[in-house]
Amino acid sequence: MIAVFKREFKAMFTGPIAYFVWALLFFFAGLFFYNDNVLYQSTSMAGVFSILYTVSLLLVIPILSMRLFADDRRNKTDQALLTAPVSLTGVVMGKYLAALVVFALGISITLILAVVMAMFGATPAWASILGNWLGLLLLGGNLIAAGLFFSTLTESQFIAALCTFAFSYVLMMLDGLAALFSSATWLATAVEFVSVNIRYNAFVAGQISVGNVLYFLSMQALFLFLAVRVLDSRKWK
Amino acid sequence: MIEVKNLTKRYGTHTAVDNISFSVKEGEIIGFLGPNGAGKSTTMNILTGYLSSSDGVVTVNGHDILTDANAAKASIGYLPELPPLYPDMTVREYLNFMYDLKKCKLPRAQHIEEICRVVKLEGVFGRLIKNLSKGYRQRVGIAQALIGNPPVLILDEPTVGLDPMQIIEIRSLIKSLGKYHTVILSSHILPEVEAVCDRLVIINGGKIVADATPEELTRQYSSSHHLTARIAGAEESVTDLIAKIRGVKKVTSLGSKEPGSFDYLIEQVDGADVRAELFNRLATRKWPLLSLKTADRTLEDIFTSLIQAPSLAAGTKGGNRK
Repeated sequence: MIAVFKREFKAMFTGPIAYFVWALLFFFAGLFFYNDNVLYQSTSMAGVFSILYTVSLLLVIPILSMRLFADDRRNKTDQALLTAPVSLTGVVMGKYLAALVVFALGISITLILAVVMAMFGATPAWASILGNWLGLLLLGGNLIAAGLFFSTLTESQFIAALCTFAFSYVLMMLDGLAALFSSATWLATAVEFVSVNIRYNAFVAGQISVGNVLYFLSMQALFLFLAVRVLDSRKWK
Repeated sequence: MIEVKNLTKRYGTHTAVDNISFSVKEGEIIGFLGPNGAGKSTTMNILTGYLSSSDGVVTVNGHDILTDANAAKASIGYLPELPPLYPDMTVREYLNFMYDLKKCKLPRAQHIEEICRVVKLEGVFGRLIKNLSKGYRQRVGIAQALIGNPPVLILDEPTVGLDPMQIIEIRSLIKSLGKYHTVILSSHILPEVEAVCDRLVIINGGKIVADATPEELTRQYSSSHHLTARIAGAEESVTDLIAKIRGVKKVTSLGSKEPGSFDYLIEQVDGADVRAELFNRLATRKWPLLSLKTADRTLEDIFTSLIQAPSLAAGTKGGNRK
């Protein structure tokens, strides 16, 4: 697992992916920080996190996760990974963690911005900032796991990215969609049960509940498990 | 070292590997031979645990590839048809990665250095793999298979796409590796396996059509024993002399190919060997024997006839049904 993690993490930096992803996150975080916090003298970083949420779901995570397995399959390097004396879970976890760490470092720009704010005498709302950061990290991890799963399904990075994008988009829009059918209360209940947004909003509000953390972690575990199953099933077809 | 029993692999309705069994002893070099699409790569992918079989058992070094996969995989070094290389890594980074991936316990720097020396990679150690020539990539592929010093090496068409000089180098490398490893190598080129391997397993249409040493194959499949001789002397009197030797069935002159000498095709009676008698008689007449060769069916002929008659092999099997 560690070997795969190290290789994958390094590969993000030998290729353009890590730089591209960080550039996107830093640009939008910087833009909104300047507008909300510098120009309007606010200590609330809600705007910064809100834009990072959108950018992450629609751009950063599809790009970050698309090549994780699709690229190995195209290069035939999966033959090295799958014939090595390591478990599939180890391979999947290594790749997942590499993408997650790049993402975590990228969104940590918000923490630096908060520290900068504190250095100029303002008092950042730490609870809200940390809640937002953790929520974004958990949601991001969730979608990276989903993206990794899509990446095991295809040789094409583009298709993998597209699937992750579509999946993220549906998750973002799910609550709104359910609201359209207000007469069907069972639908609303069902959506409420799976909704990512409701739980994410709890983090945004600075409320960190064990249940919500577990919800995100189990979603990640589910997708990683599915990825392992896909890789394993490929042997049998 | 390797036991394959009733191995079958079906892709949907197509049977790529059809109920094959063979075993490889420790220290043997086995040539896995067959035309393209015969099932060589599929079999190798199953042996290494990349694919699962539809039926049958594979054990490597005493470990079942399905139930004891990691132990079995740890005893195999595998070079797939396309070397599994990351183009964005240098040779050094890649070999270190494979060292970590295989959880190798040997002293790192020393081990990798030794492998690089064996496969002659020292000159490109710091280069990016995507900038290497095909020959060097193939060597990196072999180097990666050698990491961890596994007792079994499985090499899928190790010389494909290399130039003649590199082919010779890789062959002698494989031969030297055979001293310390059990090797299975696949190829669709006969001279290659003939030069390197102790034993040939010829596969066609997913079935094993022959499993024998090159000598056994030649003996088994060549029925008539022919000799060609080049003898200096008058054509007619030499023909007469040869025809009188006991054990000669028929002698035909093939004409003169070198000034002052004639070539003859000598057909022998089954089981007879006339070479010594031929030499003695020619010596008493002072007719120099310039060359003498057995003109048996070559391995190439045997191989060609084996792989061209898949329906024949299948037919005999089917004929056994009662």
